[in-house]
Amino acid sequence: MMTQIVFYVFAAVLVLSATMVVSARNPVHSVLFLILAFFNAAGLFLIAGAEFLAMTLVIVYVGAVAVLFLFVVMMLDVNFTHMREGVQRYAPIGGVVGGVLLVELLMAFMHWRSATNIGQIAHLVPSSPTRTNTAALGDVIYTHYIFLFQACALVLLVAMIGAIVLTLRERPTGRRQNIDRQHDRMPAGSLEMLQVPLGAGVDAQGGFLRPHESYDIAAVPGTYGTEAWREAEAREADGTALVIATPATGTKGEGNE
Amino acid sequence: MNSPIEAIGLAPYLSIGAILLVLGVFGIFLNRKNVIIILMSIELILLSANINFVAFSAATGDLSGQVMTLFVLTIAAAESAIGLAIVTVYFRNRGSIEVDDITMMKG
Repeated sequence: MMTQIVFYVFAAVLVLSATMVVSARNPVHSVLFLILAFFNAAGLFLIAGAEFLAMTLVIVYVGAVAVLFLFVVMMLDVNFTHMREGVQRYAPIGGVVGGVLLVELLMAFMHWRSATNIGQIAHLVPSSPTRTNTAALGDVIYTHYIFLFQACALVLLVAMIGAIVLTLRERPTGRRQNIDRQHDRMPAGSLEMLQVPLGAGVDAQGGFLRPHESYDIAAVPGTYGTEAWREAEAREADGTALVIATPATGTKGEGNE
Repeated sequence: MNSPIEAIGLAPYLSIGAILLVLGVFGIFLNRKNVIIILMSIELILLSANINFVAFSAATGDLSGQVMTLFVLTIAAAESAIGLAIVTVYFRNRGSIEVDDITMMKG
């Protein structure tokens, strides 16, 4: 009896939060209701005896996917109220399609019955009371389903690389690390030993920030201090100079000489 | 089997799965403009498939269904990551994520 009460509580909250996911006006609320729905689905999994999957659902979905959704919703500066305009227009057709689907599913349920020889089907690993769910699942995954498991790893790798490739962009003014140049640095190229007279200081020799040819040897495209970077900086400076209506002389890029 | 699913039966689980599936399909139709909510509706549909897998796995005592659920989780995570990356890139290029605006690639 207790199990049934818990089940129906989880199920009711799951259905309600799923309804709110699709009907909330604010997408941030949608994401938060999605998190609630996943938590309740994890509860249903626990009642069904799938502890490992319940914990995986909480960790993977709530910890990764839902937070990813939240990131994107908050990152994109979209007028979300403008997006709710077509709701009245699309609600009837969506209701018709959903209603037809629900009626068909209910009809399938009414005439559905389990096969009589369901017990004779050779189970791969029947869940036994002596082994925990996680251990039994591990036995199956790493033996019978090892190739599917590896394929899943490959899918995740491709998804990771694909997401990075899709969202990576080269900015002309970006200051990127140049590893070759860092490794090619020699002490002689960046250090200079000075004989400083006693009490005279370095001001007499040009000061610390005097022009030095080693500041300008970055002949690698796309790095700080090169011609391409200076052109981009000058273009930016020109743009701002046009806005404030002053001649663009003495841009930032030339200040490095 | 001493699983608590014996006390509940298979039918309520399948009903919950069906309701979630219908809600996901309804959400896709309802939010025709917002790609992010469409992605969330797809997550709901995959969750309903997962619930069905787990329910049948528990009812028949076979762990294959739970293994399939694990793979569905993997695919769903990859799908949402790629989908959100595409949404981000599209918003960067066009300044909008409305489905009606994605008509440049008429095929």
